Amino acid sequence: MVSVNGQIHEHALISVRNLDKTYERGGEVIHVLQGLNLDVDEGEFVAFMGPSGSGKTTLLNLLGGLDLPSAGSITVAGDEITHLSGRKLTEWRARHVGFVFQMYNLIPVLTAFQNVELPLLLTGLTKAQRRERVELALQVVGLADRMYHYPRQLSGGQEQRVSIARAIVADPTFLLCDEPTGDLDRASADEILHLLDHLVRAHNKTILMVTHDPRAAERAHTVLHLEKGVLIEGVTVR
Amino acid sequence: MILISCLPLLVANLLRKKTRTLLTIGSFAVAVFLFSLLATIESSFNQGVEVAGADRLVVINKNSIIQPLPLAYMERILQVQGVKEATYAVWFNGIYQDEKNFFPQLAIDHTTYRRIFREFKLDETQWKAFSADREGCVVGRKLIQRFGWRLGDRIPIQGSIWPGTWEFNIRAVYSGTRDEDDENQFWFRYDYFDERRDLGKGTVGWFIVRVEDPDKAVHVAKAIEERFVNSPYETTAETERAFAAGITKQIGSVKAIMLSVGSIVFFTLLFVTGSTMAMSVRERTGELAILKTLGFTDGAIMLLVLAESLLYALVGGGLGVGAAKLFTLQGDPTGGFLPSFYLSPLKMCLGVLFALLSGIAAGIIPAVLAMRLNIIEALRRV
Repeated sequence: MVSVNGQIHEHALISVRNLDKTYERGGEVIHVLQGLNLDVDEGEFVAFMGPSGSGKTTLLNLLGGLDLPSAGSITVAGDEITHLSGRKLTEWRARHVGFVFQMYNLIPVLTAFQNVELPLLLTGLTKAQRRERVELALQVVGLADRMYHYPRQLSGGQEQRVSIARAIVADPTFLLCDEPTGDLDRASADEILHLLDHLVRAHNKTILMVTHDPRAAERAHTVLHLEKGVLIEGVTVR
Repeated sequence: MILISCLPLLVANLLRKKTRTLLTIGSFAVAVFLFSLLATIESSFNQGVEVAGADRLVVINKNSIIQPLPLAYMERILQVQGVKEATYAVWFNGIYQDEKNFFPQLAIDHTTYRRIFREFKLDETQWKAFSADREGCVVGRKLIQRFGWRLGDRIPIQGSIWPGTWEFNIRAVYSGTRDEDDENQFWFRYDYFDERRDLGKGTVGWFIVRVEDPDKAVHVAKAIEERFVNSPYETTAETERAFAAGITKQIGSVKAIMLSVGSIVFFTLLFVTGSTMAMSVRERTGELAILKTLGFTDGAIMLLVLAESLLYALVGGGLGVGAAKLFTLQGDPTGGFLPSFYLSPLKMCLGVLFALLSGIAAGIIPAVLAMRLNIIEALRRV
């Protein structure tokens, strides 16, 4: 279940209350997000849509612990992250969030395997355990046969699949996808959306995705619209 | 721990731009090579100080070391309280084949010299052969290797102070017991030398005195000086270490020169490597932001960048020290002016330490910048 009305929702995996984000630019205060409320249950696939500058990416950054709000709170799996210090927030991010970006953001000098392994280097797993996890993640995204390829040897769609494998390899609490199909052709985009859908349905992953693409949004269970920093009751597709 | 896990990433980053990596490592290698060489030269100049015996005094003519002292002083020195034993020598200053083949030649008293300089090891049979041959000579291990001589060879030396051709038979080879010991000397018998020379008969260049108690060496030196006050040949006596330090001082402030050259090299290296590291970090802003996004802490990012700089330093420093060691193994490049041209393990460690400190200094600013990188700002630029 996904709701934006701010009423107490006990089983929510992600709970956002009265979230504000303001910036000061040239003496002028810009309200990017204003009093935003959101509750998302586990296993939900939520798409955020809205015009440029509406605050979608800012919301994603706040949910992912990359930025801190000006006011309000974000609680994920019972942990309120808005008061965490820099280091604790980083550690929390490593444990709970998987990121997928529009430009894939793979390290070009590392193979697909090594890229996917990166989040596991921060854990106490042994080399063998890491290998097992990486191979499994690459299998899930259908790239087990490309694990020793470098990003430059992969197509855009394959690169994005590696990036998804990297996002899921540490088994995070939820995935944040920022325009994951924005740089792909239609066929590749469909493959990625199918993969995300599969992660939700088969592996009960929770995904929050920012997109401009209505066809991508169609894959989500719920589509929420952001306009001028305010979240508008969305459409439940499922 | 994180560094070990991230080793593939570190290595991959080093290999990202091979030419740049090679040049950076090369600059480290050249700097450390120069540093090691300067340290060797400095140490070679100070070698006399480093190997000086704590219980030995040097007695020379008060006016100058090139002025002689009467051999008759030997008995009077031995009478001074606190003196255990003594020997003497004369600087010959001859030429072997060519002036550039310089090596120290000393006329020594073969009955006492060996007892005073116990750091030099000799085969007993060879020593006896030397003592039995008035034209015999003893050569250092490095010297015999340098000219490819063998025991029994007859060596002609052209005298410069004492004219004529002086011929000696190699009867013994000595070696040092420490790496720093000078193995380039050429000793022959004073009695033969004194008998044959026309100029300065019955005089010596200096006396070396062994004292009974090293703690009283200064008092003994003073007593020796007082014994010859107001004589035609007044003396100066000082500990061997002080004597060697005095000569080093006369040569010039080598340390200051070394420090100046070292500092210039160091700062040039810092600028070159620092700008390379900064460039490398700037190019990878997006990647560093991604690592931070994935959960790499600020400290881990700083360590990663610093480790890269240290890897450059370690590889370059290792190569530089290795090259310097190989260079010094070939012996004194000046043809005898730096007899103990030796890069000690301690100096090698100093060279690597110098490289590592340079690596830290060059990498610290880019590392701190990487640590402070704002993820959102950086990702926006990707």
